[in-house]
Amino acid sequence: MVSPVLNVQDICMDFGGIRALDEVNLDVKAGEIVALIGPNGAGKTTFFNCITGIYKPTSGDVVVGRSGDSPRRINGIKPNLVTEIGMARTFQNIRLFPSMTALENVMIGTHCRTKSGIWGAISHNRKARVEEQEIIERSYHLLELVHLEEYANELACNLPYGKQRRLEIARAMATDPFLLLLDEPAAGMNPHETIELKELVLGIRDVYGISILLIEHDMKMVMSMSDRIFVLDYGRLISHGTPQEVSGDPAVIKAYLGEGDDDV
Amino acid sequence: MNNNIKADKGKRPLAFFSAGCDSAAHALRRSVLVALWFMFLTFPIMVIKVDTVNKTIDWRWMNLLWIGIGSFVLSFVWRWLLERKELQKDQVSTEGPVERLLTSASSIPAAKWSLLAIVGIAALVFPHLAGMYQTNIMISCLTYVALGLGLNIVVGLAGLLDLGYVAFYAVGAYAYALMNMHFQIGFWTMLPLGAVLGAICGILLGFPVLRLRGDYLAIVTLGFGEIIRLVLENWGEVTMGPSGISGIDRPMLFGHKFGVFDSITFMYYIMLGLMILTIFFVNRLQNSRIGRAWLALREDEIACQAMGIDRTKTKLMAFALGATWAGMAGVVFAAKTTFINPASFTFWESAIILSVVVIGGMGSVRGVILGALVLILLPEYLRAFSEFRMLIFGATMVLVMVFRPQGLIRAKRKVYTYMGRKTAGAEHG
Amino acid sequence: MNSRGQAAACPLIVYGNRIGTLMEYFLELFFGGLTRGSIYALIALGYTMVYGIIELINFAHGEIYMIGAFTGLIVAGVLGALGFPGFAILVLAVIVAVIYSAAYGFTIEKIAYKPLRGAPRLSPLISAIGMSIFLQNYVMLAQTSDFLPFPSLIPEFKIPGLTGIITSSEVVIVAVTVVVCVALTLFIKYGKLGKAMRATAQNRKMAQLVGISVNTVISATFVIGSSLAAVGGVLIASHIGQINYYIGFIAGIKAFTAAVLGGIGSIPGAMLGALILGLTEAFATGYVSSDYEDVFAFALLVLILIFRPAGIMGKQPTQKV
Repeated sequence: MVSPVLNVQDICMDFGGIRALDEVNLDVKAGEIVALIGPNGAGKTTFFNCITGIYKPTSGDVVVGRSGDSPRRINGIKPNLVTEIGMARTFQNIRLFPSMTALENVMIGTHCRTKSGIWGAISHNRKARVEEQEIIERSYHLLELVHLEEYANELACNLPYGKQRRLEIARAMATDPFLLLLDEPAAGMNPHETIELKELVLGIRDVYGISILLIEHDMKMVMSMSDRIFVLDYGRLISHGTPQEVSGDPAVIKAYLGEGDDDV
Repeated sequence: MNNNIKADKGKRPLAFFSAGCDSAAHALRRSVLVALWFMFLTFPIMVIKVDTVNKTIDWRWMNLLWIGIGSFVLSFVWRWLLERKELQKDQVSTEGPVERLLTSASSIPAAKWSLLAIVGIAALVFPHLAGMYQTNIMISCLTYVALGLGLNIVVGLAGLLDLGYVAFYAVGAYAYALMNMHFQIGFWTMLPLGAVLGAICGILLGFPVLRLRGDYLAIVTLGFGEIIRLVLENWGEVTMGPSGISGIDRPMLFGHKFGVFDSITFMYYIMLGLMILTIFFVNRLQNSRIGRAWLALREDEIACQAMGIDRTKTKLMAFALGATWAGMAGVVFAAKTTFINPASFTFWESAIILSVVVIGGMGSVRGVILGALVLILLPEYLRAFSEFRMLIFGATMVLVMVFRPQGLIRAKRKVYTYMGRKTAGAEHG
Repeated sequence: MNSRGQAAACPLIVYGNRIGTLMEYFLELFFGGLTRGSIYALIALGYTMVYGIIELINFAHGEIYMIGAFTGLIVAGVLGALGFPGFAILVLAVIVAVIYSAAYGFTIEKIAYKPLRGAPRLSPLISAIGMSIFLQNYVMLAQTSDFLPFPSLIPEFKIPGLTGIITSSEVVIVAVTVVVCVALTLFIKYGKLGKAMRATAQNRKMAQLVGISVNTVISATFVIGSSLAAVGGVLIASHIGQINYYIGFIAGIKAFTAAVLGGIGSIPGAMLGALILGLTEAFATGYVSSDYEDVFAFALLVLILIFRPAGIMGKQPTQKV
C-alpha cells in the first residue's frame, strides 16, 4: 500500500458558533487523483483553506509528506510554508496577479524554490544570473505545458477566463509541489475547454507524478478521471469511495437531489 | 453634483463643452449650478476675514467672483476628463505625450545614448555654470530624488503606504549630527552607518506593524513619524530640543577641507553620485526575484502567500531598504545644511516625498525623478507661486489619483523573453 | 477659563493653573479628560461611520472639523460686530458651522472618493491625504497661518460645589456630546436612513439589490459625520479660545486613534474609545509629563494597532478567499 501524501484526520472548523467542517477525514495517496464534491456551501473551499494554512482548523490533524519523506503535521502553519512543503493550490475565484504578464505570474511561483536575495539582485552576479535564466526557462516550459506559451507576455488580466484558469495551474506547478489542490478548475469553461483541462490534469499526474485533489462540480469530469471521491454535505463527510461506489450511494443522491418532500 | 456621467460614448462636436451632459444647454446649466455651489461653499472662508479682538470684518468680494469663474470653467474640464477616463477604460494602455517621447527616444539606441550623454554632461557641469544658489537648490532636488526613489521601493513597488518616511530621514540626520558633535565622526564614516541605522530602524518598526492592513499601516507609520519628531523636540538633553544642532561638519575629501563655495559643489557631486547609485540599485532590485515578489504582494497578498512567498519577510525587506535610503539622505542633508532641527522633519516632509512618488508615478523610476524635478524646482523658480505649493501638491494628488493613477510616467516593466536555449531580458516600452 | 490665550503649541484643552487638593486636582483632570474625550468622540464618529460604509480612512475628516471651527469663528465675528448676544451667537455659529462642514464633507466625497470606487485600496487613501493637505493650505491661505483668538461663546455659570474644578464650557461640551451620541444611536438603530446605513455597511451589493440607493447612503454618512465634527469644532474652539489651520491634523489623528481603539466601524466603540483616550491623555499629562502630550496618543495608537487591531468592540475580520 502506498503511503498517503495528505492525511486529514477528524478536522473541525468553527466560525463563531457555526461548525463549517465537522470531523472530516480525507486522504490522498501518491499518484492519485481525488475529488472532493458536494452541494454549494458544503464546506469544500473551507476545507482547502484549512489544509493550506489560510484558516487554522479548530481541531484535528493535517499531515502531509512527499512520498518517501517523513510526514509532518501542518495545522496552522503559514500558507507560504505549506507551499514550501509541497502543496500548491489554485483559487475558486481566480487570483492571478492581474497586471503582471502570464510569464511573470509563473515566475512568481518559482519564488520558494529559488534563493537569490538582495545582494544577488544588486550585484547581478553569476549565480543570480544563472538562477534568473533557469526561472525564465522553467516558467516558459510550464506555460508550454498548459499551452499558453504564445501569451507569455500578455497581461494576465487580458487573458480569457479559461486560459486564466490554466495559467493558475501553471503557476501552482511552478512551486514544485507533490500535491496540487485545484478549486473548481473547470468552472466557467465550455465543454471543449473542460476536455482539454481533463487531459492536462491527467498529464500532470502521469508525467510529473503529482497527486491531485480537486473540488469540482462537473460530474462528468469528476466521475471519469478521479480514482476516489469524497462527498461533503453541511460540513460532514457523507460518503467516499470509487466513482462507482459514490454514484450509487443513496446518501449522496439524497444530498444532491434532496428528498422529494423536503425540497418542494 | 458634477460627476454623474451618463455613458454617452458617441463623438459629438463640442465634445469638450458638453462632456457628460445631454446638450450644451444642460452642460451650461450644470456648470452654473456647480459655480453657485462652490461660491456658497467657499463664501465664509474666502470672503470674510474677522478680527474678533478689534471687532472688524474684512469683506473680500473679489474672491467670490474668482471662485465663481474658476469653478464654472473647471467644471467643464472636470466632466470632460471624467468622460475621457470612461472612454479610455477599455483601451489597454494609453501613453501620455511625455511617455510617447521617451518611448520613441529610447527605441532608437543612438537617440537614447545621446540623450543620456547630454543629461549626464549637463548634470556634471551644472555647478560650474550655475551659481551657488542654483546649485544649492539642485542639491535639495537631488535629495528628494533619492528620498523619492527610496520611498518608491516601499510605496510604489511593495504597495505599502508609509506616511512616516521622514522619521528615517531624521534618524540619519540626527545620527550624523550627534556623532559628529560628540565623537567628531566624519561624513564618510557616517554615510554607510546612516544607511545601516536606517535599515535597522526600518526593521524594528516594520516587524510589528507590517502584518497590518494597508490603511492601518499608513496611520501607524504616521504616528511613528510624529513620535520621533516629538521626541526630538522634547528630549532636550540629547537632541538640543527645538533649537536643533548647528556646526555640523561638511564632508572632506581625503582630509582636504573645502571652502564654503567649493564644498557646495562637492556636496552636489556627492548627491549626484548617491542618486545615480540609487537609480542603479532600484533598477536592479525591481527586475529581480525580490522585486517581482514585491509587485505580486502589492497585487494580491493571499495569492502571494499561496505561491510560497513569506509576506512578512518580503515586506520587511522593502521597508528596510526604503529606510536605508532615507538614512543616507539624512546624513547628506545634515552635512549640507550644517544645521538641523526637528522642524525639518514634520509630516509635511513625508507628504512632499509621497507626492513626488505619487505624482511622478508609483513604481516608476523615471517618473519619480521627473516628479522630484517638477515638484521641487518649479516652486523654487516660480517664487510667486511658492506659497501655493502645498495647496497645489494636495490638489494634484487628488487629481492624479482620479484621472491618472499611474502618475506622470507609468512604471516600465522588464519584458522577459524566451529564446530556445538562450534566454534574455529585453527592455521594451 | 483662566488659561485663555496661553500660546502653547496647539493644545486641545489647557488646564487651570490653580492646583487645589489632590482630590480636586484629580477631579479637574477627570473632567478635563471627559471634555477631551467628548470632542474626540464627536470627530471619531465621522471616521468610524465612513470606514464602516466604504472602508476608507477619511484623512480629510480632521480638516472638516477645522473648517467647522473656522466657520464658527467667522459667524461669531460677524454677529459679534453686529452686537448679537453671546448665547444666540453660539447657537447660530454651531448651526452655520454644521451646514458648512456638511457641505464640505458632501463635496469632498463627490470629488475625491466617488470617482475612485473600485480602484485599488491605496488610491482613495492617497486621494484623501491630498485632500487633507489641500484643505489645510486652502484655509491657511484664505485666512491666516497665525493662531486666531476665538471668542468665549459658552455662557459662564457656576456649578455648586465644583467651582474651579469644572468650567461651564466643559459641562456644556459633555452634555451636548451625550445628547448627540444618544440621538445618533437612536437614529442608526430606528431611523430609515440609519437602517439603510447599517445594511450598506454589512453588504453594499445586497443593499443595492433591495433598493437602497448606495450613493445617497454614502453621501448621508459624510454629511452626518461632518456635522458632528463641526459641533465639536465650534465647542472646543470656544473652550480653548484659539484656533489655527493646523488643529484638524492632530485632533484628526487622535480621534482616529479613538475610533481604532473602540473598534473602527463600531459607533459605540468610537464613543468608548474616545472616552478612554481623553481620560488617558488627561491623566498622563497631569501626572506624568505635559511635554509628551501627543506622544501618549500616538503610542497608544501604535500599540493598539499592533496588538489588537480590531479594537475593543470591533469584530475580528475574517479573510475572504
